[in-house]
Amino acid sequence: MTQVLFFLFAALAIGAAINVLAQKHVLYSALSLIVHLVSVSGLFILLQADFLAVINIIVYAGAIMVLFVFVIMLLNLHDLEEGADRLRWLKFLGIPMALFLLFMILAAVINIGGVPIQGLLSGSPDAIGRSLFTDYLLPFEATSLLILIALMGAVIFAKKDL
Amino acid sequence: MPGVIPLSWFLILSAVLFLIGVLGFLIKRNIIALLLSVEIMLNAVNLTFVAFSSWLHRINGQIFVFFVLVVAAAEAAVGLALVIAMFRNRETLNVDRSNLLKW
Repeated sequence: MTQVLFFLFAALAIGAAINVLAQKHVLYSALSLIVHLVSVSGLFILLQADFLAVINIIVYAGAIMVLFVFVIMLLNLHDLEEGADRLRWLKFLGIPMALFLLFMILAAVINIGGVPIQGLLSGSPDAIGRSLFTDYLLPFEATSLLILIALMGAVIFAKKDL
Repeated sequence: MPGVIPLSWFLILSAVLFLIGVLGFLIKRNIIALLLSVEIMLNAVNLTFVAFSSWLHRINGQIFVFFVLVVAAAEAAVGLALVIAMFRNRETLNVDRSNLLKW
């Protein structure tokens, strides 16, 4: 049953990710990415990372993707992928390079073999919160600084007279 | 029960997803599509983190996914502000057209 769910979510994630690349209009790509994020959250639930699955949906599919869709609609885009790219030949170099990277990763992963994931690690809010506010307190505080800097940067970049 | 799924399945899946993100980054020329490809790559890495966290019985991997989410949010905010500024100045989102700093 779990394996069936894994294959279902994996196929949905890969299909949605390919659809992100296949779509001409970037709005459909963004909507397809939401499907991808939801299926990755399903995989998180299979790994007992419940809190991260919910956070993934709320933050990614809820906030970040709404920002993307909002900007896409704000800019009122039309026929973006106009042809005659100057660097079109690079595409034929990029695909074999990417496939080569995939085979390198797979060659490393194959050695691990079929070691099953044993037992349960509860990714509950309790466990994550305890670790976040004890061992990772300094990175957590640094994160707030990062968010502040990103906020100011976004406001400054979006100013009228840049 | 999660005991029946091998670790390597998750690693292979996230490798494939990462490669789809890399391919999108190399193929697409629209800057918003490039940002979406980066999001796909970040998600693939997140999947690896959670799988190893579950395999090693350590919560650390899930904490790192938390930080990756924060960085992704900051990246999306700044990146989209840059997209708006670029569209306002150049009237295009094609990354091949914005070549003032090239060569």
